[in-house]
Amino acid sequence: MTAAVEVRDAVIRYGALVAVSELSFRAEPGQVTALLGPNGAGKTSIVEACEGFRRLDAGTVRVLGLDPVADHAALTERLGAMLQQGGVYPGIRVGEAVRLFCSYYDSARDPDSLVELVGLTDRARSTWRQLSGGEQQRLSLALALSGRPDVLFLDEPTASVDVAGRQRVRSIIRSEAERGACVVLTTHELEEAERLADHVVIIDHGAMVASGTPGELTRSMQTDEFRFGAAPGLDVASLGAALGVIVSESSPGEYLVSTPPTPGAVAAVTAWLAERDLPLADLRAGRKRLEDVYLALTAETSVATAARLTRRQRRRAGKGSS
Amino acid sequence: MSAALPNQFATEVRLTLRRGESLLLILGLPLLFLVFFSTVDVLPTGPGRSIDFLAPGILALAVMSASMVSLAISTGFERSYGVLKRLGVTPLGRPNLVVAKIGAVVAVELVQFAVLVPLAFLLGWDPQDPSWLGAVAGVVLGTTAFAGLGLILAGRLRAEVNLAAANGLYLVLLLISGMMFSLDELPGPARAVARLLPSSALADVLRGVLSTDATPARAWIVLAVWAVATPVVAARVFRWE
Repeated sequence: MTAAVEVRDAVIRYGALVAVSELSFRAEPGQVTALLGPNGAGKTSIVEACEGFRRLDAGTVRVLGLDPVADHAALTERLGAMLQQGGVYPGIRVGEAVRLFCSYYDSARDPDSLVELVGLTDRARSTWRQLSGGEQQRLSLALALSGRPDVLFLDEPTASVDVAGRQRVRSIIRSEAERGACVVLTTHELEEAERLADHVVIIDHGAMVASGTPGELTRSMQTDEFRFGAAPGLDVASLGAALGVIVSESSPGEYLVSTPPTPGAVAAVTAWLAERDLPLADLRAGRKRLEDVYLALTAETSVATAARLTRRQRRRAGKGSS
Repeated sequence: MSAALPNQFATEVRLTLRRGESLLLILGLPLLFLVFFSTVDVLPTGPGRSIDFLAPGILALAVMSASMVSLAISTGFERSYGVLKRLGVTPLGRPNLVVAKIGAVVAVELVQFAVLVPLAFLLGWDPQDPSWLGAVAGVVLGTTAFAGLGLILAGRLRAEVNLAAANGLYLVLLLISGMMFSLDELPGPARAVARLLPSSALADVLRGVLSTDATPARAWIVLAVWAVATPVVAARVFRWE
């Protein structure tokens, strides 16, 4: 199956600033692909390149096999987009906006049911300006859906949407993917990516730091150790011998067992403690959450960037003094 | 898609007529000026009756309000709200959007004329040997020139600066363009500059074709030059986002 969106070695610069640096990813039809990263990571830049708003400085973008800039007109009928903010006439009414957008497309949805889908039926006569931030986002989503698009680009679709609205937006996005659309969304919220995406591309400083399903990403950081707390000064050599693995006291009363937390290993630890009548304070094991992966990965690139910067500053300082 | 252009056009017209500030500009002020200054004869409108001088000038003012000020303000805000950007990724496309906007300006002008022309007649306007065809030609040229000016402002300036600039330009052109009083009242150098402005050219053209006075060729030339120049410049400098 060919990818609905294919980005290869994309580079986007704003003057001296490199917003996107040799980024490659694919997004498949029928899937939700999340571009996850902190603010300023380059997510919006790359999405705007996919939508045809800007050209790449290097690399290629193909959307449904087309060049978003050169084949723009051919693409618009099949593309739905939600900008990070705005994009709607401030004085237009909800119903008017949806009817107007539906008139643009050959394969348009029914305007009234679209307004109902995003939960704005009772706001249909309100103008954009009168809507809350969350309601504006939901109207933008409705407009993005109006042509039954094959590819949907959603830039921060749940930003400023309340909890109930988020549930609705997420279920709409899921059903768009189930219908067969390729959904590409950006988010800086892990929870969003974890709950919604089939495929997550973690971006930091314009470059991809990891990609995969939420499961794969967390498995790649699968913990092969577990920790427990008990009285300080236990005989870790004896415990290690009983388990057949290395056990160490990482800090007083805090023990690290260097084996995956299988039921057998956990049972052996508690049995060893029971024999000596020692209480177990706590036991921590299990998968890391995507959050841990994300923080670890983005922290690494930040450290690397900081190191690069310091070197450059040092060089510059050296030049200045000489 | 076939319904897109008519729908876009109708939406643009509705949104224009719904905005209080644009209604004030395109109908409120011309109406007020027409009624007030034709009944209270305080303006130096020349030797003839003031309504015969004022009516064509107010029509020129109406054209300037709709095609320059109102278009500039709405387009400027749409640009800053990302409306133009968002419409760029729909099958409507930019050419259709521009056509819809021009159509909306013309529709608004028809509404203005439908109100202002009968009112002027009620107030005693008595055009001598009018060439309505000439008036239409003048309005077309004036609309083109002013719409180009409006889009230059809207396409380059920040929304708030654009708002101030469009209103400021409106006021300046209103004061020094012979729309409401004769240019002969201006000091010589100012008069020379004023004659080169599209606003005074349009007022002169309308006043000429709607009376027995000859229309100065200079006015037609000045208006035509503006009508060619401003759309060309607008197309070159306009930024969609």
